[in-house]
Amino acid sequence: MNSVKFLYAAYIATWVIHGAYFTTLVRRYLRLRRQIKG
Amino acid sequence: MKRVFPILVALTAGLLAYAFYEAMWVAPTERTMGDVQRIFYYHVPSAWTAFILFFVNLVASVAYLIRRNPKADALAAVSAEVGVVFCTVVLVTGPIWARPVWGIWWTWDIRLTTTLVLWLIYVSYLVLRRFSDSAQTPKLAAVLAIFGALDVPLVYFSIWFFRTQHPQPVIGGGGSIDPRMLHVLLINWLAFSCLAFVLCWARYHVEQLNRQYEESLALESLMADSVSTSHRRQGGANPDRAKKAAS
Amino acid sequence: MISVREITLASLAKDIRLEWRSKDAVNSMLFFSLLVVVIFSFSFDPNAEESRQIAGGLIWIAFLFAAVVALNQTWARELRNQVLDAYRVSPAPANALFLAKALGNFILVSLLECLMAPLFIVFYNLRALGPAWQLLPVALLGTWALVVNGTFFAAMSLRTRSREIMLPLLLFPISIPAVQSMVEATRIILAGDGSARFWIVLLLTYDMVFTTACLALFETVLQAE
Repeated sequence: MNSVKFLYAAYIATWVIHGAYFTTLVRRYLRLRRQIKG
Repeated sequence: MKRVFPILVALTAGLLAYAFYEAMWVAPTERTMGDVQRIFYYHVPSAWTAFILFFVNLVASVAYLIRRNPKADALAAVSAEVGVVFCTVVLVTGPIWARPVWGIWWTWDIRLTTTLVLWLIYVSYLVLRRFSDSAQTPKLAAVLAIFGALDVPLVYFSIWFFRTQHPQPVIGGGGSIDPRMLHVLLINWLAFSCLAFVLCWARYHVEQLNRQYEESLALESLMADSVSTSHRRQGGANPDRAKKAAS
Repeated sequence: MISVREITLASLAKDIRLEWRSKDAVNSMLFFSLLVVVIFSFSFDPNAEESRQIAGGLIWIAFLFAAVVALNQTWARELRNQVLDAYRVSPAPANALFLAKALGNFILVSLLECLMAPLFIVFYNLRALGPAWQLLPVALLGTWALVVNGTFFAAMSLRTRSREIMLPLLLFPISIPAVQSMVEATRIILAGDGSARFWIVLLLTYDMVFTTACLALFETVLQAE
């Protein structure tokens, strides 16, 4: 059934968005640590 | 405090996994829409979480204007950012759900449209925070949050009346809900609320670190200006404090 | 003791006098407004029935762009001559300054609208099927809605980076219910399709809520600079 693809798309999209935000957070944190120590 | 955080992260991950399992396999299949309806268990909790976060932002903004407490401002910044993330999820999953079920990507559905306007207001809030210089940001941002809050009821009314003139499909359905579905919905809401809390906590920590670092930079340049090069003070307590906090 | 009203009027008179003497800004804005109408007319060339449905939207979007151009101008002069600092230390209440600025902008934008509206009527062969007199309160309330928030956000944007883009970025989301009201009311009046009363009342509500908010919070914004 084609519509199940939309279900997967929605769930994947949700985690892509949260994952992307989480990644920016981690990168910002690591950059800060480097700046403080340096 | 620092020990609690990893535990919370593990708990949240577990809860999210369990909620996912419930949404995909335990919840009964909807009669008319089929399995696609399961998007509901991600779409609705994200919306509730986003609105709660924006409400936290409003309270923090008003608190800042009254007491000028920098922590209130930090909380406002954090809750706005995480709120926009959850709001984005709502706006993406909404059309993905609408397309197979109603055949259209978008409609001026009252909840979806209000969410869109809220998203626009808070993105403009985040842009304002980024583009204004740090001395004035807290006050300006707090004022914008209040304007946004005043706007939302007006948005709701205008769309509501528009829809009575131009009838449109309702996304997300209304009416009563099967208690088993309600159970799964609430589990997912709990899981996403924990995720929001974890993200806010982490973001808040990064924000505080950033502020301490900027303060120490400012202090350093101030002190470098005010002493001569031959009598360099050993001071600068703040950079050490920032280093301690980072490790 | 000088009253708020006197300060407002004095400030307003000063702005009008300055605009009249310079005339550059006003003339270029008039020409910009004319260009917007012409471009829209080239892009959307509907027949009479269609044009009554969409003219409301087109006209108000054109007014919106003209208003943003006008609003961006008005604080720039204050900034150039450090007038803001003088206001900040003076005992005059901050909202007298705001009111003067908003009224000045209102007069300027209304002037632009008086030029653009007849052009739209001509290019689109517009004729109101409903009560045309109702277009006046819609125009007044709608223009005030854009100008009051526009003046406020222009002040907020003053010392931000990319000041000129910051204004529409802040203004457009907040203005959504107002713009929807203006457009729907205009459409209803032109097409004679029911009563525009709800939209006019909503516009009035919007104006009251945000005028109060702007007057209450302008002091905070001024001091934040």
